[in-house]
Amino acid sequence: MSEQPSKTIQVRYFALFRERAGVSAEQLTTTAGTTLELFEATRERHGSTEPHGHCKVAINDVMVGWDAPIRDGDTVLLFPPVGGG
Amino acid sequence: MVAIVTEAIDPAIQAKQLRNPAAGGYASFEGWVRNENEGREVRRLEYEAYEPLVITEGQRIIAEAGERWPIIAADFVHRSGLLELGDCAVWVGVAAKHRDEAFKAGRYIIDELKVRLPIWKKEHYVDGDSGWVNCERCAAHAHDDAAHTHHD
Repeated sequence: MSEQPSKTIQVRYFALFRERAGVSAEQLTTTAGTTLELFEATRERHGSTEPHGHCKVAINDVMVGWDAPIRDGDTVLLFPPVGGG
Repeated sequence: MVAIVTEAIDPAIQAKQLRNPAAGGYASFEGWVRNENEGREVRRLEYEAYEPLVITEGQRIIAEAGERWPIIAADFVHRSGLLELGDCAVWVGVAAKHRDEAFKAGRYIIDELKVRLPIWKKEHYVDGDSGWVNCERCAAHAHDDAAHTHHD
């Protein structure tokens, strides 16, 4: 992993993730370069062991992959496995 | 209309909005809150949805159905909040010239909706416990992944 500058972002948690984190949103300063790195950082932060495989992620209301870059000022939405219907 | 609603869904009102003189048929699916899941007695359900992405991704699913089958119109409505046994949690409706495309497109929409939209279901059990539920197809994939090298 290359050295990333730190950036300030907003992270929003839903359903199971919100309950685990104890908050629905928080501002974080992170050096995570990608959505996956950020996901791992939040897992560590909130003591979660959920694998990312069936979770989804969006940045600024657009669904993205786990290799999407994180930029300063982004709002990152972390979605646990979905179950509508 | 693709929507998340907090009030009861009325399928008759929804169906009326799909009426079109060119449509020879209409197929719908209603998902209802049932009293059991995986051997546990369910007392009620709670749905959480992230509406902005349910709308954009939901419209994309309907557009995909329209590319696969010659349908005239399709909509879905999903509840959020607390639901009691028997309540309609989701309604999907498709109007088409003939029944075949209406049924097939409707099946596609409900199947995709369950695995793609940011909607979460929490079951409240009769014994007082509660838990978030994953969709069956995701759970089946998770089982497959456990048996193989993960490559996401």
